[in-house]
Amino acid sequence: MSRGDVIFRAVLTVLALLLPLLLLMIGVELVSEAMPAARQFGLSFLTTSVWDPVRGQFGALPLIFGTLYSSLVALAIAVPLALGCAVFLTEFAPRWLRTPVATLIELLAAVPSVIYGLWGIFILIPLLRDHFWPVVRPVLGHVPIFSGVFYGPSVLAAGVILAVMILPYIAAVSREVLLAVPADQREAGLALGATRWETVWHVVLPYGRAGIMGAVILGLGRALGETMAVTMVIGNRHEVSASLLQPGYTIAAAIANEFSEAVSNMHLSSLFLVGAVLFLITIIVNALARVLVWRVARGSAVGSTAI
Amino acid sequence: MRRIYGVAAAAVAGLVAFAGTVTAQETRLTGAGATFPNPIYSKWVLEYTVVRPNLRINYQAIGSGGGIRQFTDHTVDFGATDGPMTDSQITVVHGNVYHLPTVLGAVVPTYNVPGVTAQLRFTGEVLAGIFLGQITKWNDSRITGINPGVSLPDQDIVVAHRSDGSGTTYIWSDYLSKVSPDWAQRVGKGTAVNWPVGLGGQGNPGVANIVKQTPGALGYVELIYAVQNNIGYGLVRNKAGNYIQATLETTTNAAAGAVASLDATTDFRVSITDADGGDVYPISSFTWLLVPKDMTDMTKARQLLDFVWWAVHDGQKYCAGLSYAPLPSRVVQLEEERLKSITVGGRPVLPANYRGR
Repeated sequence: MSRGDVIFRAVLTVLALLLPLLLLMIGVELVSEAMPAARQFGLSFLTTSVWDPVRGQFGALPLIFGTLYSSLVALAIAVPLALGCAVFLTEFAPRWLRTPVATLIELLAAVPSVIYGLWGIFILIPLLRDHFWPVVRPVLGHVPIFSGVFYGPSVLAAGVILAVMILPYIAAVSREVLLAVPADQREAGLALGATRWETVWHVVLPYGRAGIMGAVILGLGRALGETMAVTMVIGNRHEVSASLLQPGYTIAAAIANEFSEAVSNMHLSSLFLVGAVLFLITIIVNALARVLVWRVARGSAVGSTAI
Repeated sequence: MRRIYGVAAAAVAGLVAFAGTVTAQETRLTGAGATFPNPIYSKWVLEYTVVRPNLRINYQAIGSGGGIRQFTDHTVDFGATDGPMTDSQITVVHGNVYHLPTVLGAVVPTYNVPGVTAQLRFTGEVLAGIFLGQITKWNDSRITGINPGVSLPDQDIVVAHRSDGSGTTYIWSDYLSKVSPDWAQRVGKGTAVNWPVGLGGQGNPGVANIVKQTPGALGYVELIYAVQNNIGYGLVRNKAGNYIQATLETTTNAAAGAVASLDATTDFRVSITDADGGDVYPISSFTWLLVPKDMTDMTKARQLLDFVWWAVHDGQKYCAGLSYAPLPSRVVQLEEERLKSITVGGRPVLPANYRGR
């Protein structure tokens, strides 16, 4: 190797190590700041619901629950929509329509989250409360997840906002995945007499399973960490409620709201601890995604029944 | 390429030279803390550059909690807070802190009751009852009883509170703690509390929006915010039994009423909610600067005290324009003594006959 190569290699090695190091430093800082709260509350921090800065009593169950719940609601809404978009754009849309629509969907990702929050406050919440709920109430009124009085700011509103925010990510990645499905696969399906719908459902989607899974996880990761738009519409209440119509709270929103005015050390430490929990959740979600993608990819390689 | 280097070098040299001249002449003071008084502190800093062109004051509104923490860590020259430091926090700084009131703020109840245009009246008991979730309907007899002639609907009350920690919440919960033993025992006071009921909104705009958008909502916002945004608010009954409209005057009266009963050695960590007096608005509070009793740098100390002196005297005339209530004269008098007792290494910073520069 020439001297230039050696230097080049050294520089790249340092740069490559810098990012994992940063991650490590964030982890260490979070854990060390969270230690006082972890020692004081132990596992009850994860299982209790009282968040009382005045008495120094902190339980993060509502935050953890709210984070997962609002993200799952978002996925439930966004995944079918995003997959529908992706399938339409790759399989059914006329050629002239594909690029403009794809670009517009991706443009959704460029809207700042505070704008989504404002849209949520002024358009979405009144719409849900005054037009959606009165219509749906007679039908769904006694389903537990739609119980209670609906004032507007709620897990439902947060879920819808999050769905709109993660939709472009899932749709764009899924579209790329579906575009990468070889034409042979489709032709083989059609040659066997399958309709276009059957071809998509039985051939194209299963072929792209791994990639689509990755797209969904990417969306989930974004939903878990979203702060601004969520705090503006979720009602910010430390309470576990299965009803979508009731207010809730998420980890990211609570940290953003309470950090600057957290006066006592225990309050601050509790916020760090719940931050560490969020860190852990995202790591688990990402690890899960890896495993899923890996298993699915491997399955199809050895000739799974899906193809 | 060489030319670019040349230009860059010249620019760097210029910057260095500029920085050199700056440090040679200027004193810099940094402060951090409360967001509530930020508009008037910014105004003071701006106006004070006319008085002292060579002083640069950098105030960062990072929140009261952050202000106390930075003050305790000695990373700023002065702190600012909407809620006074607790005894244990003062122990951490070995008692080396003065709380110096600068202006007053008030917090008002704002509501959205469909069909009601009259200005509603509230008492401390009613507000505490609503925020505890014990009064849940607008036509509850406890509300209609104090609002004769107003027909209130059979509508759920939706409580709106701050989701972010805030001095506004401190004043509100401090008031409720005073008027309701039940509130004091179950919730207490603080910049963030464990709300029994309600929806959280971020900042004054967040709460105001929930109130505006939700039929039946009741929330609390700073008087300044309500005035500047033309938001209607209710009257609150004071200790003397009068229903009072929050104004700059009735807020200043609250401080005068509370301070009248203080002795000359007060540390100013006093709550002026539910104060005595006839024309006194009961939900108001000081906001404080945190200044060390004994400082290390004589130049900085003198500049800082000059500034604070100016702020509580000449600076008060900017209050009205920004809807802050000015300090009553008795408080300013007590503060003058406090400022004169501040030292650097045991030597007083201000001369005994100091009357401002």
